Amino acid sequence: MLQLLLELFATFFLIGMVSFGGGYAMIPLIQEEAVNRHEWLDAQQFTDIIAIAGMSPGPIATNIAIFIGMQEAGLLGAIVAAAGMVLPSLFIIVCVGVVFFKIYQNKWLQSSFYGLRAIITGLIIYAAILFAVNNGLVGELSWFTASQLLIFLGSLAALLLFRKHPVYVIIASGLIGIAIYG
Amino acid sequence: MKTEKGVLWTIFLTFLKIGPVTFGGGYAMIPVIEREVVEKRKWLETRDIADIFAVAESIPGAIGINSATFIGYRVAGIRGALAAMIGILLPTFCIILLLSLFFLQMKGHPKMEAAFISIRATIVALIAYAAIKIGKTALVDKTSAVLILLTVIVMYFGHSFIHPVLLIAGGAAAGIGIIMLKQKLGRKTPLTKRTKRTKRTKQEPIFDYMI
Repeated sequence: MLQLLLELFATFFLIGMVSFGGGYAMIPLIQEEAVNRHEWLDAQQFTDIIAIAGMSPGPIATNIAIFIGMQEAGLLGAIVAAAGMVLPSLFIIVCVGVVFFKIYQNKWLQSSFYGLRAIITGLIIYAAILFAVNNGLVGELSWFTASQLLIFLGSLAALLLFRKHPVYVIIASGLIGIAIYG
Repeated sequence: MKTEKGVLWTIFLTFLKIGPVTFGGGYAMIPVIEREVVEKRKWLETRDIADIFAVAESIPGAIGINSATFIGYRVAGIRGALAAMIGILLPTFCIILLLSLFFLQMKGHPKMEAAFISIRATIVALIAYAAIKIGKTALVDKTSAVLILLTVIVMYFGHSFIHPVLLIAGGAAAGIGIIMLKQKLGRKTPLTKRTKRTKRTKQEPIFDYMI
């Protein structure tokens, strides 16, 4: 048990340390650590957790960490995972927070952000591809694939064009799922 | 003058209230934090808080949690940082716990399974949406486009032996390298494409809570 808690903490501490530019970029990283390496859950469970995390208030990566911690080791696991996720930022704020204002406009720091943002974008695109493949969005043309593609496009339009809140989009999608797959 | 304990308690309660109201982290929190911290509590000035948001966005972690922690730190040191962080996290934490219990209970229920078949496709859309959003700030020139593409290719074919952490570290190094090289060649690179924060908070509606 202690070892599991330590592993949870160490894993999410590592992820918390590099979670630049928003939680979605951390999806491939969490997948690599929690699904492939530690085998805490399988790919489909992971997608479901992202759905739950997306429906909950709070940042998505932290939500995923809490959920995985809870599933693996109960309340203590959830606390440990959340702590792992947020402690790196706390350290950074306490250690360099005040200095950061002065170096923030620094050219080299800004240059590194230039590279970071591009990598983060690439990681999120990869996450989208990964999940599209895992969930049968790409595959031989069948009624199922077609319906999944329609749901995907509809959801994207709702988010991008009609600017609906993700929570409503997820809930609406769930209801549609019950109607057509139920 | 309040006691230190009183101050910590006020910090904790202030951020505890912000959490659920704004539906969690992200840019949705910024105006609410600003109102509470600058107008109501008068802990900081508008100018200070703009700097805090800029830093909170740049360091690892969620912008909402980072801003809260930073403000707590400015007001009451390390203990203030902890009080703010716990305050902003606690509601989310409890909601996730309840949802996970509910989810585990309902698992295997046919209606639930059907709902999730559809929701999984929506999650792909949500991730694609996040990619488009952040892509808008990352894609500033041809080199950044190449970097984005390279990341996708490397991850797609090399994910079994290349850890994403390495890529992220490499990205920061590559950024510095590229800008240095370009400078030697006498070319200028638009480092950012962002508009002023005040403008952006207004433009970005409440749905950008993902970060």
